[in-house]
Amino acid sequence: MKCGEIDIRRAYHLLRTIRRSEEKIIEIYSLDVIKSPVHLSIGQEHLAVGACMALDDNDVLFSNYRGHAHYLARGGSLKAFWAELYGKSNGHARGKAGSMHLVDMEVNFMPASAIVASAIPNAVGYALACKMRNEERIVVCFHGDGAADEGVFWESLNFAALKKLPILFICENNGYAIYSTQRQRMAGGSISEKAERFGIPASFHECPGTQQVWKLVSEAADGIRNGNGPQLLEMTTYRWFDHVGTDDDHDLGFRDIALRTGARNRDDVVKLAALLSPADVMAIDERVEAELAAAIAYAETGEFPGSDELMGHDYV
Amino acid sequence: MLSYGAALLEAIEQEMERDQSVFVMGQGVDDQKGQYGSTLGLHKKFGAARNFDTPIAEDAMTGIAVGAALAGMRPVHVHQRMDFLMLCMNQLVNMAAKYSYMSAGQVSVPMVVRASIGRSWGQGPQHSQAPYPFFMHVPGLKVLAPTTPHDAKGSLIAAIRDDTPVLIVEHRLLYGNQGIVPATEFEIEFGKARILRKGSHVTLVGVSYTVVDCLRAASMLASCGIDAEVIDLLSLAPLDSAAVLESAARTGRLVVVDNSWVTCGAGAELLARLQESPLGEHVRAKRLGYAPVTCPTTRPLEDIFYPSPRSVAVEAMKLCGRDPADLGELAVAREIEEFKGPF
Ligand SMILES: Cc1ncc(C[n+]2csc(CCOP(=O)(O)OP(=O)(O)O)c2C)c(N)n1
Ligand SMILES: [Mg+2]
Repeated sequence: MKCGEIDIRRAYHLLRTIRRSEEKIIEIYSLDVIKSPVHLSIGQEHLAVGACMALDDNDVLFSNYRGHAHYLARGGSLKAFWAELYGKSNGHARGKAGSMHLVDMEVNFMPASAIVASAIPNAVGYALACKMRNEERIVVCFHGDGAADEGVFWESLNFAALKKLPILFICENNGYAIYSTQRQRMAGGSISEKAERFGIPASFHECPGTQQVWKLVSEAADGIRNGNGPQLLEMTTYRWFDHVGTDDDHDLGFRDIALRTGARNRDDVVKLAALLSPADVMAIDERVEAELAAAIAYAETGEFPGSDELMGHDYV
Repeated sequence: MLSYGAALLEAIEQEMERDQSVFVMGQGVDDQKGQYGSTLGLHKKFGAARNFDTPIAEDAMTGIAVGAALAGMRPVHVHQRMDFLMLCMNQLVNMAAKYSYMSAGQVSVPMVVRASIGRSWGQGPQHSQAPYPFFMHVPGLKVLAPTTPHDAKGSLIAAIRDDTPVLIVEHRLLYGNQGIVPATEFEIEFGKARILRKGSHVTLVGVSYTVVDCLRAASMLASCGIDAEVIDLLSLAPLDSAAVLESAARTGRLVVVDNSWVTCGAGAELLARLQESPLGEHVRAKRLGYAPVTCPTTRPLEDIFYPSPRSVAVEAMKLCGRDPADLGELAVAREIEEFKGPF
């Protein structure tokens, strides 16, 4: 188990990297150099950072189309990420994937899926393999509240509980599936309450900050590593921007602007910065800007894949 | 001699012996019947963890097989009916088939899906379907439909060793068929059809059990002096259109008998490829398959729903410019008459 406290400097560096990357996306999106959908994590990044920092290097991650924070928090290559957004052949999947399908096998970050909930059973299957091979590692599966609308989520949870598989489900509950609230879609109690009925530890956490997420995930990972079977952590959070794209959607009338003000007031990027010395913050910020500039330059100077690349990487 | 079911069992036993990452999962695989004998006793020989019954949750269980395959295992997921694969479409089409391409080859999904298909004895609308064309449509999936015990064994071994998701379609009336099967391990070749009977007047192409229809049709045709070539497609994706076109170039006549509906079937694809080839104008061709309607349960309607040796022979006669009335009596399809369920 990870002991003591989270490394705040590292956490801040990751948070800042994710935030600045996404702000950069917002800044350049209208130039249409990223010719594909993006699902921003802004406002939710600290869940990914707290969770990923609590894991071991050989643990395996499954994410989804809102994966920028997961990927970068896990230590996925910033350069390959940017090149992929640009659709270049130096991207992590040679431009064939884009923002919705981030992957970095160097850090055991599995290819992300844009079909809601569909990677959840894949994560469970990976955990089954880990158990069959008596491996130490655990699988972590990030998913949204909307994913719990899908039957496959519950089927997967059942199997994971049945076979006591080494997997941690992290439900990032931002309260919405696109513009539809959880209460509009789901009967009964919370996702974690229902999950608990499978006989697994499952708990609900209202807007936990980075340090708390780190603690929760460290403890859960520890129990899972000891062979106690799966767990689920449901954490509420708030997405600041539109479901997809880079707009603000608070003018659409489906959610109150006060919610965003509240979320901005507890911004973990600001909170973590406040725990560091101004000199530390400045140094990290400068480093992030330099890394970001280098990554974007890498993307800009990369080549588009040639037409000979269309057919590769499939079987038939 | 081994039965088709026993050949599958021998294949999986040899693969599980050879490779620790191979395992079997599916509803009823560890029960007393063991999927027509094809998984019988595997859990006793290799442990319960390597041959296990699953919840009735086809969607997640397919996804779990995909995930295990992503982790480097080689799962074989067995389904009692191919109809149930409709609940697995998302995982097979959106996930299994996509992972390799969308990661530019960084991961692969070496999984096998076995599914029984089958006619006769009142399987009715929801237990009789063989929608393999859905899967032939999707890049990233391979589809095999072995007809003989020999090819059943070779298909399963090839599928397990392949890094692609492979679907194997097994007709329930074939499980009891006996044939010569090498005791050693061997693989069939993907994308290679088999010529089961040489002939010069007409080419009959079948898929799984309709190959049996074609062979019987060939005997009926022989008694009318027509020499039919019979091709077992075996590999549906990739599809060996070259073998079919080569044969049709020699015979000038082609009948493709799908084991599913005709529209968008293997026959549709083969005839399209024929038409696109220089042979197009020289070969007369015809497609056969299920009647374009839901499968009925009652026997008299079931009998006319499916293609039969007679319907195949009739079309061949017509292509040869002969009167179908000259066809002799049909040998009884023993396996259809003998099959009495219980399901
Ligand atoms: C199977 C499926 N149905 C619908 C969609 C369209 N869709 C994309 S994201 C989304 C909302 C998912 O909400 P949630 O799981 O809460 O994740 P969030 O976007 O809030 O992070 C929907 C419905 C989809 N991609 N896949
Ligand atoms: Mg949500």
